[in-house]
Amino acid sequence: MTTILTLTVLVLIGISIWQISKMFELSQTDRNTTEVANDKDNNTQGKLMFAFLAFIYILTLYSFYAWGDVLLPEAASEHGSDYDNLMWISFALIFFVQTITQALLHYFAYKYRGEKGKKALFYADNDRLEAIWTIIPVITLAGLILYGLYTWTNIMSVEENEDALVVELYAQQFNWKARYAGQDGVLGDANVRFLQDFDGKNLVGIDATDPNGLDDVVVQELHLPVGREVIFKMRSQDVLHSAYMPHFRAQMNCVPGMITEFAFTPITTTEEMRQNPDMIAKVKKINKIRQENSKELVANGEEALEPYIFDYVLLCNKICGASHYNMQMKIVVETEEEYEQWMTQQQTFAQVIQ
Amino acid sequence: MSAVAHAHVEDHEHEHHHKETFMTKYIFSQDHKMIAKQYLITGLFMGIIGIAMSLLFRIQLAWPEQSFAIFEVLLGKWAPEGVMDPNVYLALVTIHGTIMVFFVLTAGLSGTFSNLLIPLQIGARDMASGLLNMISFWLFFLSSAIMVASLFVEAGPAAAGWTIYPPLSALPQAQPGSGMGMTLWLVSMAIFIASSLLGSLNYIVTVLNLRTKGMTMSRLPLTIWAFFVTAIIGVVSFPVLLSAALLLIMDRSFGTSFFLSDIFIQGEVLHYQGGSPVLYEHLFWFLGHPEVYIVLLPALGITSEIIATNARKPIFGYRAMVASILAIAFLSTIVWGHHMFISGMNPFLGSVFTFTTLLIAIPSAVKAFNYITTLWKGNLQFNPAMLFSIGLVSTFISGGLTGIILGDSTLDINVHDTYFVVAHFHLVMGISALYGLFAGVYHWFPKMFGRMMNKNLGYVHFWVTAVCAYGVFFPMHFIGMAGLPRRYYTNTAFPYFDDIADINVVISLFAFTAGAAQLVFLYNFIYSIFYGKKAEQNPWKSNTLEWTTPVEHMHGNWPGEIPHVHRWAYDYSKPGQEEDWVSQIVPLKEGEEELQH
Repeated sequence: MTTILTLTVLVLIGISIWQISKMFELSQTDRNTTEVANDKDNNTQGKLMFAFLAFIYILTLYSFYAWGDVLLPEAASEHGSDYDNLMWISFALIFFVQTITQALLHYFAYKYRGEKGKKALFYADNDRLEAIWTIIPVITLAGLILYGLYTWTNIMSVEENEDALVVELYAQQFNWKARYAGQDGVLGDANVRFLQDFDGKNLVGIDATDPNGLDDVVVQELHLPVGREVIFKMRSQDVLHSAYMPHFRAQMNCVPGMITEFAFTPITTTEEMRQNPDMIAKVKKINKIRQENSKELVANGEEALEPYIFDYVLLCNKICGASHYNMQMKIVVETEEEYEQWMTQQQTFAQVIQ
Repeated sequence: MSAVAHAHVEDHEHEHHHKETFMTKYIFSQDHKMIAKQYLITGLFMGIIGIAMSLLFRIQLAWPEQSFAIFEVLLGKWAPEGVMDPNVYLALVTIHGTIMVFFVLTAGLSGTFSNLLIPLQIGARDMASGLLNMISFWLFFLSSAIMVASLFVEAGPAAAGWTIYPPLSALPQAQPGSGMGMTLWLVSMAIFIASSLLGSLNYIVTVLNLRTKGMTMSRLPLTIWAFFVTAIIGVVSFPVLLSAALLLIMDRSFGTSFFLSDIFIQGEVLHYQGGSPVLYEHLFWFLGHPEVYIVLLPALGITSEIIATNARKPIFGYRAMVASILAIAFLSTIVWGHHMFISGMNPFLGSVFTFTTLLIAIPSAVKAFNYITTLWKGNLQFNPAMLFSIGLVSTFISGGLTGIILGDSTLDINVHDTYFVVAHFHLVMGISALYGLFAGVYHWFPKMFGRMMNKNLGYVHFWVTAVCAYGVFFPMHFIGMAGLPRRYYTNTAFPYFDDIADINVVISLFAFTAGAAQLVFLYNFIYSIFYGKKAEQNPWKSNTLEWTTPVEHMHGNWPGEIPHVHRWAYDYSKPGQEEDWVSQIVPLKEGEEELQH
């Protein structure tokens, strides 16, 4: 089978080369050609330039029509709406500039396509024009920079406070763990040197001599109470990873040897997000695709795919090795009561190492 | 100074009669024109490998984890039963990036055209040092050979991404590619950097010292300005990458801890203490970001020259173009931190880098507007080179604009390292610079090989490539905005991303078509070297000095005296002149004013 396929490919490549060389010979029939564009070429190519402008616009519109629904839904975190605002403002600006500049570029290419005997306008400089298109970007960018920096400072200033929930995100090839601070609200000291203590039960290397660590809770699924600020402390035990939570507009690298931070307040529970009309439509579409794929699987005697139910996810977003593509953790955003109840079912570090 | 004296005193007549063997003429040549061709052909060869790799992983991305005979044939044991192994996927992505950025778009583009055009366009007999120039090429060739050889080592080539962040790249336990493959990668890059530095120093010295009489800096063609400034950026930033590579070699082989600390891997606590991967990121991006402009500025320089020649109009705003090249060069060295907004670096630094990064949009916008204005009321000659130049302006705008999003630290949080980034940089530096390379090849082919390339095949090449380039990278923004990280072997581990499967298929189909279009170019290129139409001396009726040399190559470039320069390079369609072009060697007429530029 392989041999046949390979041979077919080789034959096809051979045919295409033969065809191309025929094309080449045909194009050589005009023995007087100098291979420099003549009026006919200029005319055709100029028009194609204009057609290309249409192509760019149509591709843009079609992409939004066909794939607009794959974009992320409304942000599920408090700072997320600021983020989304800034994003839409930037996008509006980009589309405006893109539409105009591409139009000018390709329209001029079409309009001023060359003709023998015509002379171009000798127009080498205009200080006023230069000033205009220097100053306009300066002003626009100044606005964007100021707005961006204001938002950035708001998002990134992590202040320790009583109400906030402190959670450690712990990365390793190729999975995530989360550590909660427990009753005392303080994460115990930790280091990779302690990982082998207690027959490997010390999953994130908590220092057993630090009393703050005894009530810490280590889990494989991230639960967050809605409406409460969460301060994440990121650690990694081996290589760089990145904790990426796209629905919350949150991301921070996990760096071996140091602790990095990111904080946000989730505002939409998993349940609420599942009821979001956009999300319902998206999940429906995904399940339709999964059903289609299942048919093929079942025909091959394999199991059908399970229907998809929406959950928030934490993804690894820094290349970390073979299973980088599958380094994930489920995130559940729930009410304070549900969260408390879930927490009571978890074992503390003291219980685990007993 | 000795270099200057050498080149001026050099008796070209004597050189010409000097008997050349096959070895000194074609292999160990010190002639800049031959070295340019050597760079081009090596670069194209590496380009074929780099592009072929991207097509392989596009198959995997469109039809994940399915069995393909082509994988079995090409990848052998790395694709058991025809299914690509995840480690191999990462290796392909890594080597594709490395080859395209360094070997094709740095050496292949800048190496070719800096070598070819600097002496020819400034009126010099050769580079300041022909010997260093030759060594520069052979170091590049050696590093290419090592990089290609690394594909064949037992555990596979480097696979940590082209940025090779430690600890992934430092620890063989972390992935198979971080063993012998990574060692070869580092050795290859260290040699590459040496080659690049020798080349750059030569370009700088040549431009400063060997300009012919009358060729003031303000009369230099924009190509030369671009190559000159590119060389300066290279000299400033490449040594920093070399230091990063050397420190990484120390960490890997000699037990130091520059970039490593507190690591537990494969059931073992390693001895490393006190180093930081973030330090590596700083060192890497101090070259990594300027590298974007090392790739892009030569392409923009080539475009400036080709657009002016084919629009039969002076380039609009020569001074502003030079100023923006200088501004971009300066800013490029103080923006590297925008690759590290979420690296754990102090957020205040993030603010500073956002500020400097968005400033780059200003000179870039000036350049784009100036290109567009150059077309206005021109008499556009659509030679293939002109099409690629206009294509470059188009992708430079489309790709550059999304930089406003990625350069903004806030917005970067959620699109960092997603396919949005992949789409952005492929358009703005990948495709744009490739278009610059193609434009340069079509335009200066007659100068390099004394023959013309077929224009109709050039048209086919351009239009198929142009449509496919947007077809590949425009939809890719959507995948990124959906939140899909780059460097994922497949997105099937997340049912949430099931709905982007069809976008991936569309992208791949466009990519294969684009790949096929490059075969048309290759065919045209190779066929034309041997059987193309014989070129006239100045086929495009261009003003610059290279077109005053004879079609047949000769050592020393000009028979007899080197011509003197009397005007800038852009006197196209000047009122009061009979033709729509005036070569730089034509003296000003009585009463004719040179444009105050």
